[in-house]
This record gives sequence, structure tokens and C-alpha cells, in this order.
Amino acid sequence: MTATWIILGGSSAMARAFARALAARGDALLLAGRDLDDLAATAADCRLRGAPMAEAVAFDARDPASFAPILDRLAETEGEISAAVFTGSMPPQAEIDADPGLIDGVVTDSFTGPARFLQALAPLIEARGRGAIVGLGSVAGDRGRLGNYVYGAAKAGFHTYLAGLRNRLGRAGAHVVTVKPGFVDTAMTWGLPGMFLVAAPDAVAQDILRALRRRRNVIYTPGFWLLIMLIIRHVPEPIFKKLKI
Amino acid sequence: MRWKTADIAGWGRATRARTELARPERRRDLPALAAEGPAIGMRRSYGDAPLNTGGRAVEMTRLDRMLAFDADTGLLEVETGARIGEIAAAMAPRGWLPTVMPGTGFATVGGCIGMDVHGKNHHGAGSFGQHVAALELATPEGPHRITPEDAPELFRATMGGLGQTGIVAAATLRLTPAPSDVIMVTERRVEDFEEHLATLDAAEATYVVGWIDATARGRALGRGIVEEGETGRGLVPARGKARRVPMDAPGFALSAPVVRLFNEMYFRRVPASGRTLVKPIGDFFFPLDRIHDWNRLYGKRGFHQFQCVLPPDRVDELRAIVEAVATSGLASPLAVLKRMGPGRAGHLSFPAEGWTLAVDFPNRTAAAPLIRRLIGKTVEAAGRIYFAKDSLAEAGQIAAMYPELDDWRQIADAADPDRRLVTDLVRRLDLRGAA
Repeated sequence: MTATWIILGGSSAMARAFARALAARGDALLLAGRDLDDLAATAADCRLRGAPMAEAVAFDARDPASFAPILDRLAETEGEISAAVFTGSMPPQAEIDADPGLIDGVVTDSFTGPARFLQALAPLIEARGRGAIVGLGSVAGDRGRLGNYVYGAAKAGFHTYLAGLRNRLGRAGAHVVTVKPGFVDTAMTWGLPGMFLVAAPDAVAQDILRALRRRRNVIYTPGFWLLIMLIIRHVPEPIFKKLKI
Repeated sequence: MRWKTADIAGWGRATRARTELARPERRRDLPALAAEGPAIGMRRSYGDAPLNTGGRAVEMTRLDRMLAFDADTGLLEVETGARIGEIAAAMAPRGWLPTVMPGTGFATVGGCIGMDVHGKNHHGAGSFGQHVAALELATPEGPHRITPEDAPELFRATMGGLGQTGIVAAATLRLTPAPSDVIMVTERRVEDFEEHLATLDAAEATYVVGWIDATARGRALGRGIVEEGETGRGLVPARGKARRVPMDAPGFALSAPVVRLFNEMYFRRVPASGRTLVKPIGDFFFPLDRIHDWNRLYGKRGFHQFQCVLPPDRVDELRAIVEAVATSGLASPLAVLKRMGPGRAGHLSFPAEGWTLAVDFPNRTAAAPLIRRLIGKTVEAAGRIYFAKDSLAEAGQIAAMYPELDDWRQIADAADPDRRLVTDLVRRLDLRGAA
């Protein structure tokens, strides 16, 4: 039976690449986000690439009222249900400094919005007894840094949430993968100074598929970020607080 | 939209430019970018066609989705950043292929339109632009859809129009039915120039191309291998994993003795009696795509490609060009000879009835003067050179090669009056003319 994926934040470059990879292996797709024209184009593309069903659905992480129709829709589909979360926002830290009110939006987009959706979805996945959840975290969530600590804090919260969800859903036969990308070649990083070893979204999508096959719990993508973050996490705080990285 | 300052190069890596790039990921970003600079894609043009020194350009590679397909008509609407090889790979299992495919699957649909590219089936199918049913141009006011029926002149000027009539956001392509995703290829040795031309002329297959040993001289001048292909049915193993050239090769890698030796072996690889093989589509249409970044084989200085087309009766002039290449000691193994049909879609389209020859030259000191001489011979023989390959022609040579240049200029200026879409190639060859 066909597996159905709900992809939150379906317009992002990584989500698009992941959706295409799923389409090529014949999975059904619901692409969720705010830009329905854009999502409809991606959905058409996925159908031509092999998805038996691909549709755009309205989803706004900041508007929980948008969740219910999607959850109803998923409850009606048969077979395995899986979810992938690519939502998030990262305004420049300077803008947040000028307007601390922006913090709420960052935390909602990157953590509490999708967490609330997943919380409502979890019973459905438990009932089916299989399926997977892919949650996009970030290396920024591993340690608070000068440049983006609000975004990093939201992602850190999401990491912890996903760990708990993994603990819960694992008992029901479903699997949760936390994906921590380093620098990925997306609109978010395009033209930013200081980018190095930037990964292609397609490479990230393939890494996620491999992690699903091997039932990995937490992955860094590309893999070498594991080493970079191992070092960064182990720099003693008295030294780290003086660094500007 | 954030702009990224990047050092970019044509595929030959002998031309480079610092350009500010935007890379939209959604179509609704395009109106704001429509007047900022020309569209560029995968930069598979060899020379300066995809460059805009000191200016801006809009990289279209993230707008690469297939939007709609009608299996009754074979019409496929795509965003123009889509790569032709990706479309072929996705559509072949459904029994369809792009009607015209250039020699690399990495070329974007936008690039195929801007250069009105041709493929190994040009003698029968014509050029890429002849199979485009509609275009969506991006303007500051929003998308502007045109067809050959409702805007014939603007449509023609856009085919092979080097991006000068606007950013093409989407296109509707007429695909061709393909019985399966394999090609039956017959390879045959041809021993000299006359036999090469005669074999190409007589070939009746859908896809025909000749590899020419551009180092062979004397009686062997113009020898090579003629490939004829038809789509067919069969079981073929999947394509092997692509390889990548990890670094710039040293200069001696393509020195004259090495190339002569390679060409000799490549020629002898096909038995004297010929042979027939079944190949995956990608291997036949895009043989070099299996080696990513193969342009690095030419080392840091890069390379030039010379491509001309001469009228059918200019065989002596063609022979003289092949001779000049063979005696130069500069040619690389990559050289192609093909019989073209008359099909072309735009004012500045390259294809013309006759013989087309393409040869790569490592960018050594003697390469540019040789290519300039070859361009001169081409003009004298009433032929023309291909903008997708050129970086050395001069402005004064163009009007003779492209008699419709003046008509095209007027349409391009009406579409882009402030000349925001000019590229390095357009400037060098003064294609837009006096303002």
C-alpha cells in the first residue's frame, strides 16, 4: 500500500528536493505551506516524477486553525502515514535585537507550530503502528552563538521535542529522525558571507532517505558536521563565550 | 531578493566574469527581477554568452519544475530552469522524450531556447525552438504568455535570442513519442573525409552524428566514426554512477602526441566491420555527462570550442578547415561532424542546411589565432559560427553570418528598451547595435 507523506514547509528548497525523492519512489504527498501557487507547481512536478498523488494544502505554523483540515484529510487516507517538517524562520539577529517581539514568530515557525501539529498527528501514527517523522533541526541548535541564538534556541527546543516524540512513537513501531543540516545551498544562505562547504538540497534529501532506511535517530548532513559540532560542543564555556563564530 | 557576488565562467573556462547573481526559488519573485539582468542557467555555453561582467544576472536553476503534461498532445509545460536530461529521465518511462536534445543533459530549457539548440536528429526534427508551443516571459508587470500564433515576431526573436527579449519563466514543449528508454546504436568506421561526408549524407536514421579524428592527416584526413541511433526496446542495465574530475589536469594531458594516440585507439575500438549496441538514452545523447566537471580536463587555462556550419556545396572549404585543424597540432579528441537540415526557429538561430563541425582546443597561446583564422574561413565560405560556443569572433563579422540581425535588433529593443539584458557576448559582438 502507498505511503502518504505530509510535508510541512513544502516550498523550501530542501523540502522540494525531499518531495521529489519521495515521488520518484512512488510515495503519495501532501505539500503544506502558505504559498499555494508554489506548492501546486511542486505537486504537479512530483506527480510527473512518479507520485501517485501529490497535492498542495494550506498550512501556517502561526495559525493552528489551519491544522485541523490537514489532520482530517490524513485520517481519511489508508496505509502508512509519515510527516516531514521543514518549517522555520531566521531573521537576522540584529533585527531581533531591534524588535524582540520577533522572537515569538521564530519560535512558532521553527518549534512550537510544527510541534503542535505533530502532537495532534501522533495518535494517528500510533494507531497505524508504523510510519516515520522527519524533523529538521539545525547545527545552530547544538550551541547558542552570537550570530543566531534565537533561531538556535528554537531549534534546540525542537531537537528535545523530537527526542521525546521518538521515545513515545518508537513504542508504537514508528520512527523519528532528527536531521541537523550544516550549511545548505538554499535561499536562506544564498549570498551570505562566511558560508563554506555548502551542501546541495538534493544531497540532504538523499541523506534523509538513507537515515530512514537505516532507522538512524539523529543525523548531521553532510556527515562531517558531526565532527565540527563535536568540537564546538566541547569547547569549554569560559572560552566559548569569548569566541565569535 | 539577496544578491550574491560570484566569479562565474563559461563552460570552456577561458572566459570569466564577476557578476551579481539572484537565484529565485519561486515564480512570484520574477517580476521584481525581470528588469535587473539577463537570465542564466547551468552555464553550459562555452564562451561569454552566460556572463555579464560587472552587472547582474538571474540564475534560473531553482525554477525547474515540470508543471503539466498532456499525454494526448505530448505537450509538457516546464519552468525554464529545468534541465533537459532530467526531463528525459522523468518522461522516458512514460514513453516520451524532448524532441530535440543538445549534447549535454545539463543544459536548461531556458538555455536551449536562448541558443535554439540542435541535436543529433536535426536533419529530420529541426531545432529546439521549432518544438516550443508557448512561452511565459517575466515582466515587471507579471507573466506574459506568448505563442507563435499571437506574437510571431517576438516569439521568433526569443528563439535563439540569447535572452535579450526577456526572462523566459516557463515554456510548453512538444515532446516526441519514444518506444522506450534505450537507443539502438550502429557505429561504423569511415576512413577519410569523402567517406565521412558520404556516410553522413546517406544516413537515414533518426539520430546521426560523426566523431571526427581531428588529428588525422593526409589520406586519413577526416576519418572517424559515424553513429546512427533509433529509440528501441530492450533490457539495458541502469547507468553507472557518474564520475567527477577532482582537479585541473596538467597541460601535457592533452598534448598533441597524447591526443593522437587516444584518437587512434578510439577509432580502432569500433571493429572495421562496424557494430550495433544497445545504450541507455543518457549514454547516447549525453556521453560526457557521466564525467562531472569534465571541463577541468583542460586545466586551469580552460579551452575554446569552434563550431561552424557551412552550406552543403562548400565541401572544399570544409575540407580546408578540417585540414587547418589537423595540421595545427592543437585539436583535442572532442570533435564532431554532422549533416544539418534547414530547420531553425529564430532570427539568430545557428542551424542551417549544410555541414556543421565542432572542435575543442585547449586554451594554449596558438589556439585563439587559429580559431580566428577558422572563423574568417567560415565567413568566406558563407557559413556561420555558433554563439553558444564562441568567445573570439568580432562584431564586424556577424551581419554577414546572420542576415536577419537588423530585424532581430528592433524586436529586442522593443522588448528591452533600456538594454538591461545585455551579456558579455552581446556587447563583444555588438549584437544590439547602436542605441
